[in-house]
Amino acid sequence: MELFSYAFMQRALIAAVLVGITAPAIGIYLVQRRQSLMGDGIGHVALTGVGLGFLLSANPVWMATAVAVAGAVVMELIRWYGRTRGDIALAMLFYGGMAAGVLFTSLAPNGSNANLLTYLFGSITTVSPQDITAICLLAGFVVLVTVGLRRQLFAVSQDEEFAQVTGLPVRLLNLLVAVTAAVTVTVAMRVVGLLLVSALMVIPVAASQQIARSFATAFALSVVIGVVVAFSGTVTSYYADVPSGATIVLLAIGVFVTLTLLAAPLAKKRARRAAGDGTRCTLEVPAARPTEDDVRV
Amino acid sequence: MDTVISMRGATATLGSRPVLRGVDLTVRRGEVVALLGANGSGKSTAIRAVVGQVPLTSGGLELFGTPLNRFRDWARIGYVPQRTTAASGVPATVREVVSAGRLARTKLGLPRKADRRAVEHALELVGMADRAADPVEALSGGQHQRVLIARALSVEPELLIMDEPMAGVDLASQEVLAGTLREQVSLGTTVLLVLHELGPLEPLIDRAVVLRDGCVVHDGPPPKAQGQHALPGHDHVHPHAGHAAEPIRTGLF
Ligand SMILES: Nc1ncnc2c1ncn2[C@@H]1O[C@H](COP(=O)(O)OP(=O)(O)OP(=O)(O)O)[C@@H](O)[C@H]1O
Ligand SMILES: [Mg+2]
Repeated sequence: MELFSYAFMQRALIAAVLVGITAPAIGIYLVQRRQSLMGDGIGHVALTGVGLGFLLSANPVWMATAVAVAGAVVMELIRWYGRTRGDIALAMLFYGGMAAGVLFTSLAPNGSNANLLTYLFGSITTVSPQDITAICLLAGFVVLVTVGLRRQLFAVSQDEEFAQVTGLPVRLLNLLVAVTAAVTVTVAMRVVGLLLVSALMVIPVAASQQIARSFATAFALSVVIGVVVAFSGTVTSYYADVPSGATIVLLAIGVFVTLTLLAAPLAKKRARRAAGDGTRCTLEVPAARPTEDDVRV
Repeated sequence: MDTVISMRGATATLGSRPVLRGVDLTVRRGEVVALLGANGSGKSTAIRAVVGQVPLTSGGLELFGTPLNRFRDWARIGYVPQRTTAASGVPATVREVVSAGRLARTKLGLPRKADRRAVEHALELVGMADRAADPVEALSGGQHQRVLIARALSVEPELLIMDEPMAGVDLASQEVLAGTLREQVSLGTTVLLVLHELGPLEPLIDRAVVLRDGCVVHDGPPPKAQGQHALPGHDHVHPHAGHAAEPIRTGLF
């Protein structure tokens, strides 16, 4: 396996696996609270951070993290306070974030739109050692939150009003979900790109939903799917010389379709097992009419 | 007797609509109080105001003698919201949903053995222990309702607040739940619940508060005629065609 001997491929695979873990881990809560597209919005906003990174010659990953987290907090506050005009405000935030990113990049001395493209669609083979350090730290945070607080986040995402009446710090937990989603976006940015980040948050979850029956299984299965497609997508992109982000997302969709097709026979098998003893409960109806009347006879 | 819920002159608006217009509601320790009224009379709003989910525009509210804005002791309350049929698609088992109720006690900590036991016990109380590992999407409406009741019971609350806990629950299960509730009440639990029919719960109810258009129009013994309506086999199709559109109950007050 020659690809494991290249330092850049080692970094690429580490980044891919971390993205495969973190994106579905936070994505499942977003799907549960019907905010599937939140990752997409944060991705747009994060572009401003990338542009600022170019402009100020700072590490774009950290800059993107700072801006994405700020954007996610604003989104959460809009959700909380501005229910009525909320979607307009969000649209402003998303497209403003994207536009500012493009503008800052073009103003930067060594910035070009080609640089920007690697962040938009991911360019896993250009992940630098500094990037890897940042990605590892950020991924650690995401895992800590999504696994450590899984019971609380499940409760808040499943029934927010009820969670409030149990006395959980719901606003704080909501904010934490938003911030964690923002952090995940920047973890995934180098691997699948800002425009495809949301796909890796949502598709593995959608796929696991097809066969999982409990939240715990759905969570574990989404992460497994995430890791498998991110890893195999990266390997494929190396051999086939195709972009990693697009490969990973298409593989994830492939898994989704496969599990969807498997779901029906699986449910049937479960039903058959549940009815295991084969006892039936047909009520013996006394013949009310002469049998001649029965057309089927 | 000490007062568990004390709501005085509560007003609340939803959208721009006044939904509560000066509601007084007092529940004392150990009481079982039924909140009655036609659809849209403000029952759910009153209940949600009690648990702090609808802000009051005026009036006062105290829980266990503490003003709502300083009340932190949520583990003393078990809440059953009015059931909504919204599902997110992410699967969750009956046990996972009921365990979420227990967070009132564990908060940000890890569940201990006693917490797991409380969850299993709550499942047994509503007769759903054998379905604990099933996904909630696979349940009928009445079974789902029983899961929500178990979620509130898992808290082991002093005060149960339930919004139409019997909606969609068949009579046999209503009897079971009434038995469960009787046991809770005999252990000292206070209950405030919204009902449309007193049904098997009738002998448990100490007092009924009836709302109409956001105002209390009756506060006292449960209306006797309701018992008639709630009797098994009672025919709900009233022969007076002219009143067909009217909720049955409004004529009583
Ligand atoms: N979110 C909302 N925005 C605006 N008006 C609302 C909202 N929720 C409820 N209302 C209105 O408030 C009034 C009281 O509603 P509420 O849900 O408290 O009634 P209810 O007595 O619980 O009725 P039901 O028996 O149908 O449950 C209704 O007229 C309803 O239209
Ligand atoms: Mg209601």
